[in-house]
Formats: sequence, C-alpha cells, structure tokens
Amino acid sequence: MLEIKNLHAKVGDKEILKGINLTIGDGEIHALMGTNGAGKSTLSNVIVGNPAYEVTEGSITFNGQNLLTMNTEERAHAGIFMSFQAPIEIPGVSMTNFMRAAVNARRQAQGKEPLKSTDFLKLMREKRKLVEIDQKLMNRSVNEGFSGGERKRNEIFQMAMLEPTFCILDETDSGLDVDALRIVAEGFNKLRTAETAAIVITHYQRLLDYIQPDFVHVLMGGKIVKTGTAALARQIEEQGFDWIKEELA
Amino acid sequence: MTSEQQYIEFYREASDLIKNKSCGVMNAVRDEAFETFQQLGFPSKKVERYRYTDVDAAFAPNYGISFAPLTVKPSLYIFNIKDAPIDVAPYYHKVADRLDAITALNTALVHDALLVYVPKNTKVADPIVVDNWLRGTAATMMNRRILIVMEQGADATIIINDHAADKQRFLTTQVIEVFCHDNARLDLYEIEETTPLCSRFSNVYIHEGRDCSVKHNSITLFNGQTRNLCDVYLRGENSEVTLNGCAIGSGSQRIDNNTLIRHEVPHCTSSELYKYVVDDKSVGAFAGKILVEKDAQKTESQETNANLCASSEARMFTQPMLEIYADDVKCAHGSTVGVMDEVALFYMRQRGIPEAEARTLLKNAFMGQVIDQIKNEPLRQRLYVKVEKRFRGELDKCDDCRLCK
Ligand SMILES: Nc1ncnc2c1ncn2[C@@H]1O[C@H](COP(=O)(O)OP(=O)(O)O)[C@@H](O)[C@H]1O
Ligand SMILES: [Mg+2]
Repeated sequence: MLEIKNLHAKVGDKEILKGINLTIGDGEIHALMGTNGAGKSTLSNVIVGNPAYEVTEGSITFNGQNLLTMNTEERAHAGIFMSFQAPIEIPGVSMTNFMRAAVNARRQAQGKEPLKSTDFLKLMREKRKLVEIDQKLMNRSVNEGFSGGERKRNEIFQMAMLEPTFCILDETDSGLDVDALRIVAEGFNKLRTAETAAIVITHYQRLLDYIQPDFVHVLMGGKIVKTGTAALARQIEEQGFDWIKEELA
Repeated sequence: MTSEQQYIEFYREASDLIKNKSCGVMNAVRDEAFETFQQLGFPSKKVERYRYTDVDAAFAPNYGISFAPLTVKPSLYIFNIKDAPIDVAPYYHKVADRLDAITALNTALVHDALLVYVPKNTKVADPIVVDNWLRGTAATMMNRRILIVMEQGADATIIINDHAADKQRFLTTQVIEVFCHDNARLDLYEIEETTPLCSRFSNVYIHEGRDCSVKHNSITLFNGQTRNLCDVYLRGENSEVTLNGCAIGSGSQRIDNNTLIRHEVPHCTSSELYKYVVDDKSVGAFAGKILVEKDAQKTESQETNANLCASSEARMFTQPMLEIYADDVKCAHGSTVGVMDEVALFYMRQRGIPEAEARTLLKNAFMGQVIDQIKNEPLRQRLYVKVEKRFRGELDKCDDCRLCK
C-alpha cells in the first residue's frame, strides 16, 4: 500500500528525517515509537503533504502513485488520513459545514454527486455513535471549546466520516481517559478492513492492547533503527529507549 | 485647473436651474454650502480625515451631473422632501458637519432629497427599504441626500441598498442626516453592491438625544472606490450607539471607512466593530475616533478593527483613536491585521477540502462575526448567502437585481 524509500525531509533549515525506509502492506498495522522530538510527527506530516515540510530526497508511493507530486487535498482524496497530535480550533467554521465540505470534496474527486442534505445528516448521526461524540459538539465551530479528549474523539469521528484506506494516528491516545481510550480504539477497529492499513504513533502499550500492531518500529536520529513485533513495544514500555541506543553504539 | 474648478464653474452656471428644480428648505442653505466648498476645495491627503483617499483624482474625470427626479415609492414613512409632512428646516443640513468639503458640495448640487419620517411613539414592524439605482448611458455623477427624522419613542429598521444598474462609470456623493429625538431606536443598514466602475463618497451624521439606541451597519460587498464617513453625536444621557462595518475588497478595489463617535454627555455607551477582508491588490483603510468630552463621565466605549489580508499584495491601513477629556470612563480600543491561518488551511486540506474552498471558509468565518450581530433575521440570512457568494466570486452578476432578471 505505502512504500517509503530513503526519505529525507527538513523543516526550515533543520534536517529531521535522514533516510526512512518503510513498507506497509494492505491490512497491516505499524506502530511507530520513539522519544519526544524523534521526528514521528514530521514523518506523518510529510506523508500527508504538509507544505511546511520539505522533502529533500527519497520517494513515497501509495498504491503505485507517486505521493510527492500530489498536493495535500489530492492525497486526502486518494484515501490518506491523519489524526492530528494537536487538533486546532477553527473559529467560525461549524463542524457540520466543515464535514460537509470535506465529504463532498472527496465525493467530487471520485466523480460522485454531493450528498443530499438528509443523507449527509444521517451519515453524521451514524458515525457519531461510533465514537459516542455528542451532537452538541457538531453545532459548534471545529474543535472550539472541545476538551483534549473530545478533540481526539473528533479526529476519529472525522476518520469515520471520510473512510480512508490509510490512516496515521499521531498520539491519538494521549489526553484520553481509560473509557474514552477504549471507545476510540474500538471505534477505530470497527473501521478497519482487509484493505486498510495504519501507522499508530504512541508512547503507551495500553493503546496497542486494543489496536494490535503487526510491526513495531523505533525512530531515532531521523531513521528507523529497529523493527520488531508487538513484543518490542512491551519491552519499550518496561525499559524505555536507552537499551536501543546502547545497542546502536 | 484643479478638480474643484469644474464644479465651481458648473455651479455658477447652473445654480438657478438647480434651485428651480429644488425646494425652499434646500435652497436656503445652498449658496452658503457652495461658498464653503469654494473656500475648502477638495481635501488633500494632508487633511486628517481624508488621508487614505485621493479625493481630487476621484472627482477629476468629466462626469455628467444627474438631475433625474427622485422616484419615491409611496409609503407611510418615506417622502420626497418637497412633500414632507413636517417642517424639516430644523434638521436639514443641521446635523451634518458644514465644514466637510464633500458635504458642502453635495448640499450645493443636490436638487432632491428623501425624507424618512417616523412619528412619535410609532414602532414600524417591517424594515423600511430604500433602493438606490445608479443608471446612466455615460459617466454620471449622482448627488443623493437622505434625511431621517425619528421622533420621540419612534422605532424602525431602515435598509439602504446601493446598486448599479448599468456597467458605467458613476460618481456618487451621499449625505445622510439622522436626527433621533429622545427614546428613539433605529437600526440603519447600508449595503453597497455596485461595480468596480463606481466611486462613492458617503457621509452619515447621526444625532442622538436621551435614551436613544442606534445601530449603524455599513456593508461594502462589491464596489470600485468607496469612502464612507460616519459621525455620531451623543447629546443626551443614557444613549447608546453601535457602529459595525464589513468590508470586502478584491481586484483593485479601495474601501476607506472613517468614523467619529463624540460622547458629549455622561452615561452613554458606544461599541464599534469593523472587519475587513482584503484580497488581490485591494486596499482597505479604517480610521475610527472615539472622542470623550470633559463632561462625558461614565462613558463606556469599545472599538475594534480586525482585518484579514488574504494576499501579499493587499494593503490595510488601520488607525483606531481614543481622545478622552473626562476622568471616569471605561474605554478600550484595538486593531489587528492578520493573514490566512496556514495551520487551519492545512487541517482542512488534509480532510480533502480544496485550498480555494478552505480559504473561502476561513474568510467567511472571519466575516461571520459581524453578520451574526445583524438583528433583522431575513437580512442576516440574506447577507450570509451574499458574503459567501462574494468570497466565491459569484457576486459581480447582481443576482437579485430586478433589471438582470
Ligand atoms: N514546524 C516546525 N518548525 C520547527 N521545528 C519543527 C517543526 N516541526 C517539528 N520540528 C522539530 O523537529 C523535530 C521533530 O519533531 P516531531 O516530528 O514533532 O517529533 P515527535 O513527533 O517524534 O515528537 C523536533 O526537534 C521539533 O522541534
Ligand atoms: Mg509528535
């Protein structure tokens, strides 16, 4: 599904990614771990095409398409979705209008008619249930006055609305209490199929208990320095990253 | 020859003709206004309140001056000043600033005037609508005059729409005088939706007695060059005024709003919010002064000017001013000039919303805050639609213009 080769990227003058290689197949879950500032969010932003980041070398292909020649919205239309680590507020743009614009833009890119208003509202209702997000939040501006946990739920709600084939969850678990974590993770699992895949960025095993990874990668010094199975995540939870640094040295 | 010379010569030749077409109350102040104009000439950019608009250049081209008769739709509250049911001499050219050159020129040249008169304790349920249509087969100058008299306890909403019926060069001067007796309430909306060929100079003067409440909304949806002035005189205690403005510029449009709120007596409240979105190479200017005179204790005033520069070539000038001579007042003022929120744009684009659409949503959201405050529900809904269309570039073909249908 996704193939990253020798990817180098910088923000401003600072090179952050220094040769990432990563292949993700259909149906797979890849956990991405690493210390704060290792470049996990940078990699996510580069995959979804944030114009603030510059790719200096390497390639990313998505189902055979060269992602690097596509703009942010084209990548979204191709089925790529990122749950933001820190979702921002957009005052004055209601959740409903925001979602309507997003859903219909995707449909237009697929050559479909815009959804009828009643069908759209029905879809909203259905998907809201999945992550148990309150209707009242839908009448507000995007994320305005949402708690940290509500924002994260809202990310997964948006994912449910847009039905992407490839997702990046960037620390979606941080800020969630135990119950909310379960609801969000179970919601995510319901959206999975054999044709979807995901990168799950987290510091904690508790998320990976719900969303079981096929592979676990450690990002350090701008490269993936270690890849293992679910057991690697458990080891990191217990021992941290120092032992990996030592191994490398 | 400077620009004013052609108007001076025109007046010398045509003043008798204008007087013949006009009426006593207007003619009584005409020559004096002409003298004032002749002495002042057009204000240069050195004149504080005209810093941001080149008046001389706007009046330089050769326009045919229109003396078309005013057509007044019969209504309970709208009159041709010649048919006024009250004596208008105490109001006409009495509220206005007689030392403003544009007001003086308008007073000298205008031959007909509209009167909106709401009698004592009359509450007008439906908005009073005035539609101004610019018509002409050649470059035309229009001079427009509106007098609004709200008697004690009168209550009304007035909507003044400006349209251009022809794709033609138009130059408009407008003077609106509003006299609110004690206890009057007025919501006054002005909506300009003309063309890039139009130049507009509008001066609005509002007098408030005791216990009055006035809201003035100035909305520039589409224009060429616009210079709006609005002066409010708070002359009776316990009165309030709200001045709101919404200005949208694109192409090479220019929008200059200049306001003055003069607190002359104690216990009055004023609040002002002007928002601009300037795109392409358009230029916006806002200068708003709150003047609190020494007797105006317990004044409360809040002035905000917030602007969004949607392109790197657009320009915004902002000048909020506070001048306070009383010591027991609560006044705040501020202005901001921002650019498009790149982080918000990225968030929306990640969800698949195309960049142009995302920009439209953000501009619309920014302006929504002013439109939200419009009390008249049908007008508010109409403006949400219009503003959105404007940002989508769908407004230049005036869609509810009867002539185009
Ligand atoms: N927009 C940005 N501007 C400047 N520096 C940035 C930006 N984004 C990330 N960085 C820097 O890049 C490095 C990697 O950050 P990030 O990818 O957020 O790490 P992680 O998600 O692994 O914690 C950090 O040193 C961070 O300060
Ligand atoms: Mg991060």
